[in-house]
Amino acid sequence: MTPTQPADAGATTETIAGIISAHAHLEGPLLPMLHALQDEFGYVPAEAHAPLCKALKITAAELKGVLSFYHDFKDRPHGRHVLKICRAEACQSVGGTAMAEHLLAKLGLDWHGTTPDGALTVEPVYCLGMCACAPAAMVDETLIGRLDESRLNKALKSVGVRATGAEVSA
Amino acid sequence: MKIYVPMDSAAKALGADEVAEAIRAEVEMRGLEAEIVRNGTRGMIWLEPLVEIDMDGERLAYGPISEDDVPALLDGKIEALGKVEDMPFFARQTRLTFGRCGLIDPLSLADYEVHGGLAGLRRAIAMPQDAIIDEVKLSGLRGRGGAGFPTGIKWDTVRLAKAPQKYIVCNADEGDSGTFADRMIMEGDPFTLIEGMAIAGLGCGATKGYVYTRSEYPDAVAVMRRAIEIARGAGVLGADVLGSGRAFDMEVRVGAGAYVCGEETSLLNSLEGKRGVVRAKPPLPALEGFLGRPTVVNNVISLATVPVIFAKGAEHYANFGLGRSKGTMPIQIAGNVKFGGLFETAFGMSLGELVNDIAGGTASGRPVKAVQVGGPLGAYLHPDQFDTPFGYEEFDGQKALIGHAGIVVFDDTADMLSMARFAMEFCAVESCGKCTPCRIGAVRGVETIDRIKEGDESAIPLLTDLCETMVDGSLCALGGFTPYPVMSALRHFPEDFTSQKEAAE
Ligand SMILES: Cc1cc2nc3c(=O)[nH]c(=O)nc-3n(C[C@H](O)[C@H](O)[C@H](O)COP(=O)(O)O)c2cc1C
Ligand code: SF4
Ligand code: FES
Ligand code: FES
Repeated sequence: MTPTQPADAGATTETIAGIISAHAHLEGPLLPMLHALQDEFGYVPAEAHAPLCKALKITAAELKGVLSFYHDFKDRPHGRHVLKICRAEACQSVGGTAMAEHLLAKLGLDWHGTTPDGALTVEPVYCLGMCACAPAAMVDETLIGRLDESRLNKALKSVGVRATGAEVSA
Repeated sequence: MKIYVPMDSAAKALGADEVAEAIRAEVEMRGLEAEIVRNGTRGMIWLEPLVEIDMDGERLAYGPISEDDVPALLDGKIEALGKVEDMPFFARQTRLTFGRCGLIDPLSLADYEVHGGLAGLRRAIAMPQDAIIDEVKLSGLRGRGGAGFPTGIKWDTVRLAKAPQKYIVCNADEGDSGTFADRMIMEGDPFTLIEGMAIAGLGCGATKGYVYTRSEYPDAVAVMRRAIEIARGAGVLGADVLGSGRAFDMEVRVGAGAYVCGEETSLLNSLEGKRGVVRAKPPLPALEGFLGRPTVVNNVISLATVPVIFAKGAEHYANFGLGRSKGTMPIQIAGNVKFGGLFETAFGMSLGELVNDIAGGTASGRPVKAVQVGGPLGAYLHPDQFDTPFGYEEFDGQKALIGHAGIVVFDDTADMLSMARFAMEFCAVESCGKCTPCRIGAVRGVETIDRIKEGDESAIPLLTDLCETMVDGSLCALGGFTPYPVMSALRHFPEDFTSQKEAAE
């Protein structure tokens, strides 16, 4: 899942059409389409709205309603990597709140914030199913149990992000 | 020699992939004859990564193992914990639903069959539909997703509904803090869920199934998808299930980060590609569910328990348990505990035994202050309530619920006013917005608790009133049950709601 900026409009239109037609045979195809679009572009590009509505025979308002309902779907590019830190009860019971605050301060970010170079976005999440080895976090699709600063830094490093949240190559 | 290194995502979050890679490299360097198997977890998460080495027919456990331990491990210099089956945390369990989890390669259908898999489905194929339903009814199985509704009755409603297309939908949205049983079985024994759904399909006359799970569970999604392909390839799924002449197939769908989509009607809307807003009942999903057609919606554990019921017989299953809580429950022990993990046991063990004995008390070594059972909508229980046996009615009698059976332990540093505030905040964030008591009430709840925190004791009766309104006026259990954690915190820990101002001064 490495979000990329659309290179040129023609390619985007074609890619969007391809994603839509690849999922059109499903029962209830909208969420699978939106996930596939987001996997491709890192967000659901506005260019996809009209073709989605046309393919699924829904109104722009209905589509907007769906996009705004779900926490996952983004309408603009966010960080190239996403750090999700769990805020739920089991993580709180072992100092997760203080740990999250500490890590946010280290990164100089607030919840939903993105580093200046666009490398990393931090988001809250409510339970990652890691409650027996809490506190927990996830960098892209890599999970971290018994979260602390060094374990986070190791996970960030594995996707090419420094402890400061900046990209190694940048 | 076989070396087992779990691929469960909790084990991976603690370094299992690195350990597996280090073992592979070391085995190659030493020129050893060893097969590395990525199994599920045995559920003793405090010991993960837990490596098992099977040599000369004896399978011994070692853990937690780090990458750096690997050379010593292969030198035989690390002391074994013994056989998993002999370890106290494991030996005290009754593993029915989780019998194979951690034992076998999750993606080997051959292993699955050797360990009793598909026996239940073969038996069900030979039974008429009503006999399948009767077997489920006789087992006493109740929904493991939270509400505890009898599974057999739900299936019967779908079976009797007339429609050209019916569905089996597996609710794998597991959003409750403190729970991970659904994830663990999907990653550790996915064929059990597939087999359970196929039996449900045969019993109800449904030919299509969906597993709706969370985007926070990428590993479970990948394992389930692969397992479905394998099952299809082997004729367990498809147009002719195990040569029965009857069809059943299924696919995995992924949610998009909305807790409320675990509510069954919200889930169905989401599956249809709509906003995950809760639907009013009636109509029941059993009659008008996915795309308006008769649909079974069951939790992962409900469905994954069906194969063992059919393999061993309903009576065998029903003989475990307490009163109307029959069979076993995979209890998920989480939070501030020494021994966190999955503990499957017959209903009836007391909460105190679970917390103090099985979980070993707190990890911090401090006294236990409170235990939240049943996720973010579950009550906080006080150690005074530790005699309560683990059962649906028994917890109800304590104004509590067992829900999906996650228990989260807090030590005496926990501030229960903050926990009550969090419950309201969570409800406000996750509300689907359909009804006012939940959508607005939760926001007011946060504000009211903030007033109490600032020392305004007149806000306490307001909070109580607000909770009553939410209980009475909410359409679903998000708004309707958020008062459980809030009111239980207030009831059992009043000192956290009154001394705030003095403490601050
Ligand atoms: C807010 C909310 C969230 C829920 N989340 C889940 C969930 O994640 N998994 C689940 O199985 N049931 C969940 N439920 C319960 C479902 O609505 C439903 O009762 C269940 O899927 C039925 O399956 P069962 O009978 O096998 O338990 C939730 C209910 C509410 C109100
Ligand atoms: S109680 Fe809350 S989540 Fe449930 S239907 Fe009402 S607004 Fe939606
Ligand atoms: S509560 Fe944080 S992982 Fe479950
Ligand atoms: S906008 Fe949904 S209840 Fe008014």
